[in-house]
Amino acid sequence: MDKVMVCLKRVVDYNVRIRVKPDQSGVVTEGVKMSINPFDEIALEEALRMREQGHAQEVFVVSIGPDDCQQQLRTGLAMGADRAILLESDGEIEPLAAAQLLLKIIERENPGLVLLGKQAIDNDCSQTPQMLAALWNRPQATFASKIEFNEDSLRVTREVDAGLEVIEVDLPAVVSSDLRLNEPRYVKLPDIMKAKKKPLETIPVADLGVDTAPAFEVTSYEAPTDRAKGLMVDDVAGLVSALKEKGFSL
Amino acid sequence: MSKVLVIAEHDGNELNPSTAKTISCAVTLETDAIDIVIFGQETGTVATQAAEISGVSRVLIVDVASNSNTLAAVLAPQVATLAEGYDYVFGPSTTFGKDLMPRVAALLGTGQISDIMEVIDNQTFKRPIYAGNAIVTVKADTTKKIVATVRVASYKESQKDGSAATENISVSADVPSHTRFVELSSDTGERPDLQVANVVVSGGRGVGSKENFDLLFNFADKINAGVGASRAAVDAGFVPNDMQVGQTGKIISPDLYMAFGISGAIQHLTGIKDAGTIVAINKDPDAPIFEIADIGMVGDLFEVIPQLNDQLGS
Repeated sequence: MDKVMVCLKRVVDYNVRIRVKPDQSGVVTEGVKMSINPFDEIALEEALRMREQGHAQEVFVVSIGPDDCQQQLRTGLAMGADRAILLESDGEIEPLAAAQLLLKIIERENPGLVLLGKQAIDNDCSQTPQMLAALWNRPQATFASKIEFNEDSLRVTREVDAGLEVIEVDLPAVVSSDLRLNEPRYVKLPDIMKAKKKPLETIPVADLGVDTAPAFEVTSYEAPTDRAKGLMVDDVAGLVSALKEKGFSL
Repeated sequence: MSKVLVIAEHDGNELNPSTAKTISCAVTLETDAIDIVIFGQETGTVATQAAEISGVSRVLIVDVASNSNTLAAVLAPQVATLAEGYDYVFGPSTTFGKDLMPRVAALLGTGQISDIMEVIDNQTFKRPIYAGNAIVTVKADTTKKIVATVRVASYKESQKDGSAATENISVSADVPSHTRFVELSSDTGERPDLQVANVVVSGGRGVGSKENFDLLFNFADKINAGVGASRAAVDAGFVPNDMQVGQTGKIISPDLYMAFGISGAIQHLTGIKDAGTIVAINKDPDAPIFEIADIGMVGDLFEVIPQLNDQLGS
């Protein structure tokens, strides 16, 4: 396989405690730590291992968003990606538009495989990989926990509600990574220095001929209703009677 | 005039409860008809079960051999063709629906609303973002079809007192051969399914080993409960992935959730927020799970479970 394309989304770091703004206009993102979406980081790690094992020649990373996304692309380059492409846009990009934009890059680059995280931890949509596969008219293997190579196809183990499903997909294909696919490597300082010299191409989204106007309007953001702290009991007898009081007859 | 098409989830023998939950969401729209479509092969029982869900107008069956496995790439073009006569296309937000529905939406050239937790009106919906740490109200463009997944933990199953007509149909769509089913392995025993069980007993890192999980299994069997686990327990190899409860596992809403040796990482709490009553037993008095537990007890699960075994169950 010649190239593997990996898509990286810039999101609020998973350790940040999310707070809704008092005026319900959004969540607080000013001054909070931003990172590569963790599932996308796993996707990149898998692509790098493929290249290291000789299954791929080149790994390139793509992100969509504002200029700041360069930070996450540089992290991807420091992890080991060969080059990066930023589709620059200051506006909100919904998953369908993201898939349409990524398809433009696929048409230009002809990757043998596209890897993405199974969902972004900000909007939790879990849509872009499937949409991209549909628009590209190629197979999708979502929620992957294991990827094995056949000659012109992949054997992918998927984490599904019923257990583990194995499917075979012809290449090229779109694969979305689940948590247990691998553990991403740590970036070392010399790699960060090296990453600064790797190519990073910026393409304005407006140049790609995709209608990115949002189809959905978010009218308000609310904090979820918290569960109140309940009763602490001292022993099993207290636990059993508290359960009975709640109406459980087990 | 608005019509809803709901994609049935099933395993070839039984209709998954996620379907009746999706119907419960669909009936809160103002609609003229709600149809269920079943893709499969020889799905007689599944069709009978679907026809009993109240609120359903018709059950459509697309019975061909190539539909015997639920491959999104195979089903999506058929759903997209069928969607022609509908305004809404809904599926459950299980791994089945999450895999299929965005592919359908893209084929229809429309976006998708993931994880509907509440219908405000025919174009306005609530859904969680940031692992449920914020809830957004989303307004859709009604000039296009609305494709969505329904957050099954937010809905109870619809009643089973209906008698919808069933109809075999054929759908013309180009079905690809580039994606092939190989196998499905699951550890499903006699125990109630996690997403359906009224009571769920769950273990975390504190359980300590695969062998120790037997303590939970035995207790669960005694009180007829399903068994879940935290990500830490799954990652440690104590139990298989399909038992994982939380943001990246299953989001469940049992009447009673009993957590043993689970500290309560935010990702885990996301999966149990909709439970009726949460019970937590943990050695660490500062475990975050006590912040949301309805009944908490600081204690050693290896001492507590045997005592519960004696005092509960028949």
